[in-house]
Amino acid sequence: MVEASTREAYGRVLMELGKQNKDIVVLDADLSPSTMTCFFAQEFPDRFFDCGLAEQNMIGIAAGLAASGKVVFASSFAVFASCRCFDQLRICIAQQRLNVKIVATHGGITVGEDGISHQGIEDLALYCALPGFTVIVPADAIEAAEAVKTVASTYGPCYIRLSRPKTPLVYQEGYQFTLGKAVVMRQGRDATIMANGIMVAEALRGADALAREGIDCRVINVHTMKPLDKEAIVQAARDTGAVVVAEEHLAHGGLGSRVAQVIAKERPVPMEFVNLGDRYARSGKAEELLQRYGLTAHEIQNAVRLVVDRKKRFTSFVP
Amino acid sequence: MDCRSMPLANPGRVNPFDLSVKELKEMAKRLRRHVVTMIATAGSGHPGGSLSAADIIAALYFKTLCYRPEDPKWPERDRFILSKGHAAPVLYAALAEAGYFPVSELATLRKLDSRLQGHTDSQLTPGVEMSAGSLGMGLSFAIGVALAGKLDAKSYRTYVLLSDGECQEGQTWEAALFAAHFRVDNLTAIVDFNGMQLSGWTRDIMNLEPFAPKWQAFGWHTIEIDGHDFDQILSAFQEAQRVKGKPTVIVCHTIKGKGVSFMENNVAFHGKAPTWEQAKKALEELE
Repeated sequence: MVEASTREAYGRVLMELGKQNKDIVVLDADLSPSTMTCFFAQEFPDRFFDCGLAEQNMIGIAAGLAASGKVVFASSFAVFASCRCFDQLRICIAQQRLNVKIVATHGGITVGEDGISHQGIEDLALYCALPGFTVIVPADAIEAAEAVKTVASTYGPCYIRLSRPKTPLVYQEGYQFTLGKAVVMRQGRDATIMANGIMVAEALRGADALAREGIDCRVINVHTMKPLDKEAIVQAARDTGAVVVAEEHLAHGGLGSRVAQVIAKERPVPMEFVNLGDRYARSGKAEELLQRYGLTAHEIQNAVRLVVDRKKRFTSFVP
Repeated sequence: MDCRSMPLANPGRVNPFDLSVKELKEMAKRLRRHVVTMIATAGSGHPGGSLSAADIIAALYFKTLCYRPEDPKWPERDRFILSKGHAAPVLYAALAEAGYFPVSELATLRKLDSRLQGHTDSQLTPGVEMSAGSLGMGLSFAIGVALAGKLDAKSYRTYVLLSDGECQEGQTWEAALFAAHFRVDNLTAIVDFNGMQLSGWTRDIMNLEPFAPKWQAFGWHTIEIDGHDFDQILSAFQEAQRVKGKPTVIVCHTIKGKGVSFMENNVAFHGKAPTWEQAKKALEELE
């Protein structure tokens, strides 16, 4: 698969948006060359503020700017943009429903060698916990760019999580992103794999492999974690009777938890979860870590076989 | 002539009340009476920090800030941000007296369905610029508001009121660095330095001294005054407006519970409502 950088896509599209909308203001916390807000900073130095190593202050300033009519993008690494400033996000942005877009890069364990202090794997649980926040995990660079454009013109608090390494492209130019609307990447009858971020490409690879052994998988990219596309989830549970959720996040509070809540209520079916469990990882190359911690097409295939088998054994679950 | 008849971006913007010092003293007393009554009626709340800030708030709303009570979101208004959100009652009292909502509404403080929440909520209360209650956030928010004013070439000024206790929060100093670094000179920070926090004297719990020199070292124009003396408060506000190239902080030495003898310097009244008996006595003292 061709690979591209989600954060570079963000940086470039943000600069373009800056030309169209003079109300866009960008904040960063000394990570501009990494989050790629540097492109905007070079083009619009008057509308860019480097807050230094002070994420709490950055979020407060973002809120004040937004309360005064600005469309604010604030960037840092996923781990700092969530854990380091959570009360500020809660009081200043969520409780006041302000128009601030937190776009975090270096999400998940694919940060790699920097180790567990830098691996943002709680961020999605934290952001999804905040009432009113829209939470998006794009599957590739093309979707990242489209998501950034969409939220720039959609009022309200938003979190977008991007990656450090280049990631496989699962879309082609011209792809239309719709906020809150999950994308069926591939149709299937035997089971559904729901994923977001880098796990969408893994889900597609897993589905290809499973097709060769006669298991027909639907793959859904749930790019918007909040608000969740309940309709697509329930439809998939009804049509396929078995669901696997794959994500680059801890087990609790992420996409798996959120999908399970919908399925438990609306259409209970056997489920499996591919995620980091309830543990921290370690330093290593991104590829090595994904292998070690089971965020692979291979693990997804195992999970699909489990749910398909369970579906057969518990006939009451068959749709 | 009040501010609404002024052309936009006029440096001679004035307050809609423009009270004399004598009238301000009366107004501050009235605000204090509201505070006592509101908190006694609610049965909970923080009288001490509202009473220490009453003179500062009176000087802002009835002499200094330019605003339109009937149009709370008027883009040209001066902004006042209450960072010490537990002093919400004195802000509500001022907003009611200024005409943002009826004075009778003050009796609904902290009640279900009231617009007057236990701590400030910008979504519910006309005239409240920021939701607060978790300390140490207001200075950052105020910087954002002030920066937006600069970006839009507006002539409004941003004021933020901090408590001394909340200067124990690290975020306050992150913000202090930022405001000096980016020369946010359309911002005036005011510290209600009453020397006390929830469980005792700040000097015993986490000493802030030397306090004014800290701000100076952070690059702020620093003014130190008696926060109950209107001449000093007003002249400090004017001085701050003249300072260019750096933000200004006014360290106001105040007395927690000011105006009510048995609440003054009494930590018990940081976050406790007076009984009706006590409220009656307090109101007599504030006649």
